[in-house]
Formats: sequence, structure tokens, C-alpha cells
Amino acid sequence: MSAAGTIGKATGKATGKATGKAWVFGDDIDTDVLAPGLYMKGPFEELARHCLEAVDPTFAPGVAPGDIVVGGLNFGIGSSREQAAQALKHLGVGAVVAKSFGGIFFRNALNMGLVALVCADAGRISAADDLAVDPAEGLIVNKTRDERYACEALPPQLLTMVQDGGLVPHLEKKMAQTAQEDAAR
Amino acid sequence: MAQTLAEKIIAKAAGRGTVSPGEIVTCRVDLAMMHDSGGPRRVKPVLERLGAKVWDPEKVVVVSDHYVPAVDAESAAILDLTRKWTAANGIGKFHDMQGICHVVLPERGHLRPGLFVVGGDSHSPTGGAFGCYMFGVGATDMAGVLVTGETWIKVPETIRIAIDGDLGDGLSAKDILLHLCARIGMGGGAYQAIQYTGSTVANLSMQERMTLSNMAAELGAQAGLIEGDETTAAYIRKAGGDPGDVSAWRGDDDAAYLATHHVDAAALIPQVAAPHSPANSGPVTDLGGEAIHQAYIGACTGAKLDDLHMAARVMKGRKVADGTRLLIAPASTRTTAAAAADGTLATLTEAGAILLPSGCGACAGYGAGVLAEDEVCISSTARNFKGRMGAKSSRVYLGSPFTVAASAVVGRVADPREFLEGGAP
Ligand code: SF4
Repeated sequence: MSAAGTIGKATGKATGKATGKAWVFGDDIDTDVLAPGLYMKGPFEELARHCLEAVDPTFAPGVAPGDIVVGGLNFGIGSSREQAAQALKHLGVGAVVAKSFGGIFFRNALNMGLVALVCADAGRISAADDLAVDPAEGLIVNKTRDERYACEALPPQLLTMVQDGGLVPHLEKKMAQTAQEDAAR
Repeated sequence: MAQTLAEKIIAKAAGRGTVSPGEIVTCRVDLAMMHDSGGPRRVKPVLERLGAKVWDPEKVVVVSDHYVPAVDAESAAILDLTRKWTAANGIGKFHDMQGICHVVLPERGHLRPGLFVVGGDSHSPTGGAFGCYMFGVGATDMAGVLVTGETWIKVPETIRIAIDGDLGDGLSAKDILLHLCARIGMGGGAYQAIQYTGSTVANLSMQERMTLSNMAAELGAQAGLIEGDETTAAYIRKAGGDPGDVSAWRGDDDAAYLATHHVDAAALIPQVAAPHSPANSGPVTDLGGEAIHQAYIGACTGAKLDDLHMAARVMKGRKVADGTRLLIAPASTRTTAAAAADGTLATLTEAGAILLPSGCGACAGYGAGVLAEDEVCISSTARNFKGRMGAKSSRVYLGSPFTVAASAVVGRVADPREFLEGGAP
């Protein structure tokens, strides 16, 4: 059975697609590596500059808008800090693809407006591969290797939320729409 | 299609017949619980930005427990904001300084089997003891719930933990959980739903079941469920709630479970977790012996009436060792009242215990009873991460209230069984 029929209807424009270069990381990338505790008290921009530094110092300076972060098992395990997802989003990451996610990170990522996709074949992706990610279809195309990987698709209501920039901006938009409709009535 | 208890509750909340693990659904929230630390002060700015109101004030419970009683101007301001926000938003279910949220929630009859509940705290799985799907969410998630009355969830797999056999004297739910932390690890729950089953669980009181569910958080699970039975229904009725049809909320025997772990409760001996992780657990006979400065009985995990009874059985007619202090922060004001009425408090204070206010207290370093550099403590709380209870270099052991009390008597991390009549060895 598909979740697509559950709630709301697809808007069509909420595709959340991303294309970019792969940045590949191993298993168990935790929230301390994503949002180092040392920088938690300072300004958020500073924190983001140190995102993933402990495992790849070239990542934060080198990542381009739309690039895809590829993880192994348990990506984002650790604490519940929302900054872990926020930092990737801030750096322009187009999507995170992993074999599995820390549960709270997965929640936070989507709530912060960052596409997170579970993909059993994530291990086939190499650093700098050219990827196209389609969260609505649940498909990753590896243009470098000419391969296609199935992943768990995001249902329409979450895609819309992600495309709106996360839960709070999404609610903001919905409420503005309701206010307009009320005014028009 | 056969469904686990978690799947049944989520399906009902999603307005569906059935759900499957891995799919993402949107659920109506039956109840949302917040406390003073993660609640009003964090959600207020989001609600203001959105110009939104609380979707249904009847379905929101607010408890002040982290910063109570105020110890400085900052904590007083947080409590002041909490009181003003709940009043302004018409939250009738505001329990101000009545105890720790996870204990107050069932005590006031707010939980019953089948409910889909979100809590703004990481130990929210405690509600699972009442057959609810209850899990912890962050401030952004909570603000979304308050505005819409809904939240999304990825349907979890269910991991069954079957606990059978009679616990020996001097053992408790805490020992079972510490044993599991060592065995399957803090990530063993994999953010799935744990369901506790078996004869041992069936024989436990509600308060002891709450300890099992509470520490599902330490196993890394999203929820820690126990199916309701007569014990559940009796507790809820006594708390003034309506248990509903308890037997309606059970998992199907032929449902798909991700894994089943078996625990032989009869073979357990008292467990302690050495610093600085609950997963550093093992038998007190191996890990005991270190001299302690403080013994602490507190928290949602370890200071309910049953916990105080355990401590009192050890302390009766004995004294806290010289150079050691025993601090007790009952989990709620009702716990204190009941322990006063049945003589438990007198037993404890005559033994030299120092009574603290009901609240989170020293558990996460918020209130009275924090540790100095290099001090060693044994505590009935759920976590012993570095620096959580005070100074960075302090060291915390975790144990059951029996074990904490015995350690207070000896002045070292000690086996409680020798202090109990007929106890081995
Ligand atoms: S008592 Fe400790 S574990 Fe329980 S809610 Fe308070 S801080 Fe958290």
C-alpha cells in the first residue's frame, strides 16, 4: 500500500528534486560531527562552517548548492539537536541519502526543509559522482555510472513541507492561504 | 492484516485501517505534553510568528518540573513565562510544581491505552507503560502540533522484549533495563517501537512498568509499549481517568516483529552502570566497591512510591554512612504525600536521608544536589553521561533504589541483597 493516498493531495510542483555532486561519508556520522558541540553556543553560520569537519575538512568550504550528501548506516545518530540538519541545509545541500538514518535526525531534517532519503544502494555511490535525486519518485540516478537506485519515496504532504522550507514556513504559508480564503468568502 | 500494538495505534491516529513499517503517515494527536524547559518558552515565539492559537487547549498538558522551585532569577523567569502562557492560552491541565511530567501525566489520569501522544521530552516513552503510543519531539515539532493538532510519523518496526521469570528479592525493573542497555546497547532500539511482554512484566506494578518504558529512551527506541491489562485499568480508574476498553489495544500474535529479545529475570543479579553511560552496566558484584560521596534517589525513572518503598526496606533501622549523603527527591507531590502517610518518609529521614522538592532536581543538573569536581555518586536516575549531574569530572553510577540505598549505608557501591531479609548471598 502506498502512503500517497493517506493525506492531502499531491500539488505537482512539490518535487524537491536535486542534482549535484556526491559527498560520500561512512557509517554512524553523528550529530556531533554534523554540528560540533564546541560551536553550539556561537553564531549559527560559524557552526555550519565546521559541519562534518572532523571527517572531511574540505566539505564545508567545497560543497556547492544542490550537492548530495551520501551516508552509510545511522546517518545523524546522536542527540536531538536540530542544528545538525540545519547546518547541511544552510550550506546548500540538496538532499541527504543514506542506508539508514538516526530517527530524530530524519524527523528534524524534513522539519527543517532538508530532503532525507533512505536508499539501500547508497553504498554504490562514489565521491564526486553526478547524481539526480527525485524524492517524489523515490529514485536516484547516478549519471557518472549510469545506474539507477530505488529509495523510499517521500509522500506528497512531506514533500510540500520540505519545498516550503520546512515545518514553520510551511505552516506560515498554509495559514496565509486560509486567511486569504476567509477574506475572499 | 496482522498488526502490532504500535501499528494499531498509529493506524487509528492516521484514520487508516492498517499501516506498514516504513511508510510515512500524518496522525491526529490525542494529547500533547510539555514542560517548563522545552515547552512554552520555546513554542511561544513560533506561535507568535505564525499568529496562531493552540488547536485544542483541552488536549494540552503543561507541567513545571525542570526549574522548580526556582533557584535564581532566570529559572523564576522561565516559570513565570510558563504560568502566564498557559493562562493566556486557556490550558486547564497545568500542573505547576506537582512533580515530574512523566509521573504526573498518568497520576492525573491523562493516559489510557490507544492514545497517540507527543511529549516535549526525551523520556516521553514512559507513557507507553499505559499502552499509549507516546514519543518525544523537539520544539519545532511541538509548535507544529500545537498549531495543527497533527504530526507526521514514519511507522516504526516493533522490537519485542520478552521478560519472563520471577525477579529475586532486591531486584527491580531498573535492573532489567540496565542489563538490556549493556546487552543491546543504547542504539539497540534503532528508533523503532519496543514492546515489553512476558510474565515478569505482567506481574510488575504500573510504577515499575513505567521504569521499563521510561528507559526505552536509553535503548534508543522511539517508544516503549506495554499492553494494558487489569493492573493498567485499575491504576487509571484510581487516578480518576477512564481506561476505556483496555483489551481492545493489543498486538496480534501473528504480526511481524523485527526482533525478539528474551530476558530471564530469575537469573538477574542487581545491576549498576559505571560512569559515563547506561550501557556500561553489569552485575554489582563485578562493578561495585568504589567509595561514594553522594547517593541520589530521584527522577521520573527512580523516585516513584515503589522506588521509595525499595529504599525504605534497605534503610529501615540503618544509617547513612559517615562521609556519605543520601538525597531523596520524590517524583511527585502525591508520592511525597503517600510516602508520608505510610511511614516511608519517616523511615528514610530517620536513617539520615535529606528530603528535596519534587522535580527534576539534580538528574540533569537543574536543581538541588549537583556534584562537585571529582565527586562520585550513585543514582536511581536514567542517565550518567559525563557532567550531567554537575561538575565535568564527577562520576555517576546508576542503580536501582535498592542498590542506591545499600550503597548509602555502606558508603560504597554495594549489593543490596545482604540488607534484605532472606536475601542472598
Ligand atoms: S527527572 Fe531527569 S530524566 Fe526525568 S524528565 Fe526530569 S531531567 Fe528528564
